[in-house]
Amino acid sequence: MLTFVALLVLMAFSGAVYWAARRRAGVIARGSSTPINSRPGHHGAYAAVWTAAPAALVLLLVGFFGDRVEESLVEARLPAVVRAMDAAERQIFLDDAISLARGQARSETLYAPEVQGALEASAAEVKVLEGRLHLFSLAAAAALALAGAVWGLSRIQAAFRAREGVERWLRGLLLACSVTAVFTTVGIVASLVWESWRFFQAVPLQAFLFGLEWDPQSAMYADQVVSEGAFGAIPLFAGTFLIMLIAMLVAAPVGLFAAIYLSEYASPRTRGLVKPLLEVLAGVPTVVYGFFAALTVGPLFRAGFNAIGAQLVGGPFNDLGLYLGEVQNQMALVAGAVMGVMLIPFVSSLSDDIINAVPQSLRDGSLAMGATRSETVKKVVLPAALPGVMAAMLLAVSRAVGETMIVTMAAGLQARTTLNPLETVTTVTVQIVTLLTGDQEFDSPRTLSAFGLGLTLFVVTLALNVVALRIVQKYREQYD
Amino acid sequence: MTEIRPASDELRAAVARRLKARNAAERRFQLYGRIAIAVALGFLLLLLGRIVQQGWSTFVDYRLTAQVYVDPARIDPADPGGANYDLMIAEQLLKRIGVADDEFGTRSDAMKALLSGDLGFQVLDRVKADPSVIGKTFTLSAPLKADAGLYFKGQITRATPEDERPLTSEQLDWLDRLNAGGLVKSEFNTTFLTRSDSTEPEQAGVLGAVVGSALMLLLTAALAIPIGVLAATYLEEFAPKNRWTDMVEVNINNLAAVPSIVYGLLGLAVFINWMNVPRSSPLVGGLVLALMSLPTVIIATRSALRAVPPSIREAALALGASRTQTVFHHVLPLALPGVMTGAILSLAHALGETAPLLMVGMVSFVPGVPDALTSASTVLPVQIFIWENASERAFQERTAAAIMVLLAFMIIMNLAAVLLRRRFERRW
Repeated sequence: MLTFVALLVLMAFSGAVYWAARRRAGVIARGSSTPINSRPGHHGAYAAVWTAAPAALVLLLVGFFGDRVEESLVEARLPAVVRAMDAAERQIFLDDAISLARGQARSETLYAPEVQGALEASAAEVKVLEGRLHLFSLAAAAALALAGAVWGLSRIQAAFRAREGVERWLRGLLLACSVTAVFTTVGIVASLVWESWRFFQAVPLQAFLFGLEWDPQSAMYADQVVSEGAFGAIPLFAGTFLIMLIAMLVAAPVGLFAAIYLSEYASPRTRGLVKPLLEVLAGVPTVVYGFFAALTVGPLFRAGFNAIGAQLVGGPFNDLGLYLGEVQNQMALVAGAVMGVMLIPFVSSLSDDIINAVPQSLRDGSLAMGATRSETVKKVVLPAALPGVMAAMLLAVSRAVGETMIVTMAAGLQARTTLNPLETVTTVTVQIVTLLTGDQEFDSPRTLSAFGLGLTLFVVTLALNVVALRIVQKYREQYD
Repeated sequence: MTEIRPASDELRAAVARRLKARNAAERRFQLYGRIAIAVALGFLLLLLGRIVQQGWSTFVDYRLTAQVYVDPARIDPADPGGANYDLMIAEQLLKRIGVADDEFGTRSDAMKALLSGDLGFQVLDRVKADPSVIGKTFTLSAPLKADAGLYFKGQITRATPEDERPLTSEQLDWLDRLNAGGLVKSEFNTTFLTRSDSTEPEQAGVLGAVVGSALMLLLTAALAIPIGVLAATYLEEFAPKNRWTDMVEVNINNLAAVPSIVYGLLGLAVFINWMNVPRSSPLVGGLVLALMSLPTVIIATRSALRAVPPSIREAALALGASRTQTVFHHVLPLALPGVMTGAILSLAHALGETAPLLMVGMVSFVPGVPDALTSASTVLPVQIFIWENASERAFQERTAAAIMVLLAFMIIMNLAAVLLRRRFERRW
């Protein structure tokens, strides 16, 4: 809040500096015999940037990291009673001391009288520290802003190249923005690797990657020993693979045929009508697909299979009939089929682009030789587009593997290694959601295992994307 | 010179046969394409139709309007909060439809189960505001309990065996009598649009989720659009072509394909555990979604910038503009419609995103409307997920109705993008 107000004041001040510098530059421009190098506005902007940027940087840094500095300072001076506590309790104590100092609601922990005293002492200390920190940051920001203003205003001369100065700042800002993307990647990789590393200290990597049993519930409490079998991810990989396979069995043929029809057969009118509708299908949020899968497709499939089962009971396929009679709503087939439909527009629009990139001369040549349109597509266009189509499929696979909501709502939670589409299976993403929703202790292997799964997911999808993008790039070069 | 011989009859017949087969194959192939498109569009129709079919009834609300006598015998004026108003109203309603309560009060309890708790709260509020209403009679209106509403909507029927439905036949009789007495009216359900989440389906609404989504999306837009546009401008207009910028480019393309749930893990580890951003807040949700939309905004902006012909840049440079002036005064304004279209589409995508928000704790029960970026909040897609998991049947129709609200917002955003494209699209 304080930071916010200080930033507003700073903005107002640098605005004032802008006007002052601009006026002064205007006066100088009128009075000087040689033409002024930069326009008055540039001089104004130059002074304003030097006023605002360094001070704002200080304010933002204190705003973001002030709390952490404060916390570590207080932690270093904690009384002996508190030091004796374990890490989690100490953290709660610390949070409470800070909340108390700021007049916010603290946790409902009941403290022993002597600890309560320590809490109040720490809170008082936090108050003093916080006051000093704020004073320091405000003073530093004010000093920097004033210095910047004086510096900017003092440099106004007819020959001064203010525009280049402003443009340097602007280019720095642009560069900083484009580096954000790199920082995001670094952030993803660092957070995943760091938390996974902590997980792999508790559970060995090979036990995680090749273990056949997934049962994180058994290792929920701190005093329980983490059994190696509890975090074997093979059933999750199998479930993910099964659902991905079903989804691709739906999406690949339907998406590809839709793309072929739209680009080779459809009239421009049909194309203009169907393409936006497919885009609508692509724009439907996945949680909506999940709802549809769980409450419409699931019961429908179940009723269908149960009815078939009832027909078979008593006949030569009695056992199969009994099995089908007991199929549940949550099965891999439902999640996979709905996910396949979700991927249709994705596959078809990618394939459409690729098929359109095949030069018309190839088609014309084939048609001129007397081939029918479908023969042209099968023997000429598709072989030429094959690498691109493969890349599109890989991208679709990566989407299917990373898709979360449909499987969370329709696939179920039971970890099973099976290829039977009528069974309930679970996937990597479902387990991440299950492990991390609600309040969990952050240090338990149970919670950390989600990061291990996340890292695996990230690596797999990244590999798929890199390969797919490589193929697309190589293929594009062929016809350019 | 080769002699041209007339084809033999056999050959001609064989060619004709082959041609027939080839034409049949051609027709089959076309049919496959038609079937594929029919499957996709049929599914779209089924999906939307089914959601409207499940959800429309939410917008009809069955309300009970009744005269309530505030019985002085049951209320201690010193402690108005201690009285059981719901039971008082239920007993009066029983009397009104001419049913005598038994000695254990089971009937009045059963009647109470048909009424929304809102009725009792309304009486309590009036008594608290003005104790002189005790002993008077006034008219109140509140929705019926969700199950009772489902009976009037025909979703709970007498055909179902009594032990398999939530209401007994006796309760259904009472509902019929209340209805015959003109106490029950159906109206457009404003509660659903003006209230927030509640444990009682008939009092649950989407307002809190809509406001939460709006706050979060505003933050996402405020972060992702400027940063994305500036980053794309740098990469497209200023960056030297070297290994470093190539790496940034590959990086952005790959980021666009990272599963959204991984962004949720990033948000949990970095924003919540490391930076202590409050859980479940629009702030942390907006930050996560901003990082997620950034690559798509960058990619859209770059293609919009690339579509501006070089002649514009050359003309500006030739007239003495600096490169910065060229870009910011000429190229970027011309690319703006494309940039905005891409930005709106990626925001629409962010609006429907659920998985990463589950990671940062947005899946919590929030009964109020969030009033700040840091207050606990939920958003529309997560509200849908929460209600989908609820066991009460009445939440099912509310889930579908919330989906209708979400889709309405997405359609508005997509239409805006399409109109923007139509209005300002320029072919060079």
